[in-house]
Amino acid sequence: MNNNLTFQQDSSTITSIENDLLRHIPAKSKKFNIWIGILLIIIAIGAFAYYRQIRYGLIVTAMRDYTSWGIYISNFVFFVAISLVGSLVSCILKLSNAKWSIPLTRISEIIAIAAIICASIIIIVDMGRPDRFVNVLVHMRIQSPIIWDVIIIATYLALSFLMLYVSLIPDIALCRDKIPNLPKWQKKFYRIFAVNWKSDPKQYKIINHLIAILSVLIIPVAFAIHTVTSWLFSTTWRPGWDSTNLGPYFVSGALMAGAAVIIVAMYFIRRHMALERYLTEKHFDNMGRLLVLLSLIYLYFNINEYLGPTFKMVGVEEEHITELFFGKYAFMYWLVQIFGLLIPIIVLVFRKMRKPLPLLIISGLVILGAWFKRFLIVIPSLQHPYLPIQDVQDSYRYYVPTWEEWAITMASFAGVLLIITILIKLFPVIPIWETIEENSNKIEST
Amino acid sequence: MKSEERRSFLKLGLALGGTALTGVGCLNSKSDQSEEKVKLLSTDGKLVEVDASKIQEVDHHHHHAMSRSESREGIPGKKFVMVVDLARCGNARKCIESCEKAHHIPHSRPFIKVLKIQDNPDSSPYWMPKKCYQCDNPPCVKVCPVSATYKRSDGIVLIDNERCIGCRFCMSACPYSARVFNWSAPEQPADYDLPYSPETSVPSKIGTVEKCDFCPDMLRDDKLPHCVTSCPNGALYFGDKMADSVTNGDETVRFRKLLEDKGGYRYLEELGTEPNVYYLPPVDRMFPFEEMEEDS
Ligand code: SF4
Repeated sequence: MNNNLTFQQDSSTITSIENDLLRHIPAKSKKFNIWIGILLIIIAIGAFAYYRQIRYGLIVTAMRDYTSWGIYISNFVFFVAISLVGSLVSCILKLSNAKWSIPLTRISEIIAIAAIICASIIIIVDMGRPDRFVNVLVHMRIQSPIIWDVIIIATYLALSFLMLYVSLIPDIALCRDKIPNLPKWQKKFYRIFAVNWKSDPKQYKIINHLIAILSVLIIPVAFAIHTVTSWLFSTTWRPGWDSTNLGPYFVSGALMAGAAVIIVAMYFIRRHMALERYLTEKHFDNMGRLLVLLSLIYLYFNINEYLGPTFKMVGVEEEHITELFFGKYAFMYWLVQIFGLLIPIIVLVFRKMRKPLPLLIISGLVILGAWFKRFLIVIPSLQHPYLPIQDVQDSYRYYVPTWEEWAITMASFAGVLLIITILIKLFPVIPIWETIEENSNKIEST
Repeated sequence: MKSEERRSFLKLGLALGGTALTGVGCLNSKSDQSEEKVKLLSTDGKLVEVDASKIQEVDHHHHHAMSRSESREGIPGKKFVMVVDLARCGNARKCIESCEKAHHIPHSRPFIKVLKIQDNPDSSPYWMPKKCYQCDNPPCVKVCPVSATYKRSDGIVLIDNERCIGCRFCMSACPYSARVFNWSAPEQPADYDLPYSPETSVPSKIGTVEKCDFCPDMLRDDKLPHCVTSCPNGALYFGDKMADSVTNGDETVRFRKLLEDKGGYRYLEELGTEPNVYYLPPVDRMFPFEEMEEDS
């Protein structure tokens, strides 16, 4: 069907689409350089903090024998959650034939890859002996949930890369053919990665096939990465973790946070790259609706997660629940549940609130809530062991992250943004060929 | 085979079923004339006669430190258990002290804790010494991604600190909070010159976990763990389940009989971890419960 694209829609539309979406690649802008500079500075500060951690040990963090996992782990869970967006938009929506989501596919795939890369880095940062990382490969013990996580994350990363790359090939070829005055390395880069793409109908057929297969493959793997991540917790006896609900609870929370992340990304990309024509208010409206749906599912699992233990109030579970509801984490807990979950659901029901700016603000709240929710999942549980905490220094009873931990966490966020920025700068952020294809389908059907 | 027999607990000073031979190991007499009977005093004060040729000098030096791979094998034919008599614990904390000394660990990283436990609001609190329970279904071993924590044939759970990657999954998994971590570079004893061995847990390594190890280096030398010998109240019994015998250094009793007579139990049995540390309930206590002064 692609071979006669040009007959069905007038070539000026195609040229204008191409122009719009390729424009930013050769462009040089000061803003871009400043943005990269800021990100690099944040990463450098994080690197310095990590240097201190390597030198003095994990003592530079606030983690101690009871709170033996801290914000590195909760941040890791957050990034794994975010990485699910790739599958949400580019697979689930695509397979359900929601054509409006086509301009969002590449953004979501890029976010997924950036998040999963940084999740892998942060988990190495959390290790007491990163120098022994090869032990994980050499002495791999398949019975350990950590190994399941390593395997599934590697698989997801590989599949996501493939997905992004395969759908990029026709667009890379466009970069190769249609952008003049590129630096030599960049030309060569596009030439190599366009793998001799000739816009041959046969080639289109192959990649459409490949994309369909990958879309189906990625969904179970994406669900698995977050389910397995939840098993890191639910395979232990800790209060708040010892739950069969944890898998779907994690996955639904991840999809909600992921939708919010896409909205934020969409907002800034649309503004800074002048893509109002492609990322319309309709997209925001639809994503807003989707966010309500996903939040409702998450709310459902939240109720499931807390109602049983709250009703029974047994032993350490009781201590844990009391701590969350009325204790030292109550403030954070209620902020997260109210502003990160309940209010967004109520507010987004109104059409006006699904306009870009209000939706951006609400999505920001959802993302913040999602981050702190993971803090609340990981840390308080560790402070309620079966045997009482006695006879320890005060620092063993509390957990307030140190500047090193915050710096490294911030650096991981900067890392995600840096990867996203670079990928967006190198490639069309909206899939050109799919947009053209979709356009021609529309013409055909009218 | 012979040498195996020699290592057996009988000759180590743990007598079976309360029969006499306890304490042979404490004697240094070595006779050259064979077939000759020698009279010896056992630790419980009995005079016994032994074949002179059967007497063996106890090696007071450390057994050679077991290598990392040797440490993965348990001591053959043994299954070590500990029984803690809560009625005898007076919170003397000598077990903690001797353990810290033997393993060169600072106060902030104890392998043993003596916890104040109160089962319900109306019962009197009691002191409960707690160390690694050396579970038969150990959550820590199950979750370790690199098999740095492992279970041996003699029931002991050990850590290979040269393999541990410091992920701390085992710390989250252990329901008894038995594990401690080397958050910073551990202070190494200046005079310690033996190579690292998982059986001694010394020298400590930064960024890795540690815990009570039942002192397998002592067991190889046919000695009791430090905590057991240092308890002034004889609250800790240690022994071999296969031989059905445990001792607190003063008396040696049948393990199963002890549990039966005193209603022995395991803490949090319902978790299914199958601990190898048993408790005898705090009834007819030797000491009234006294609050501890706040530690500085
Ligand atoms: S901290 Fe060490 S011993 Fe514990 S699970 Fe991780 S690798 Fe195994």
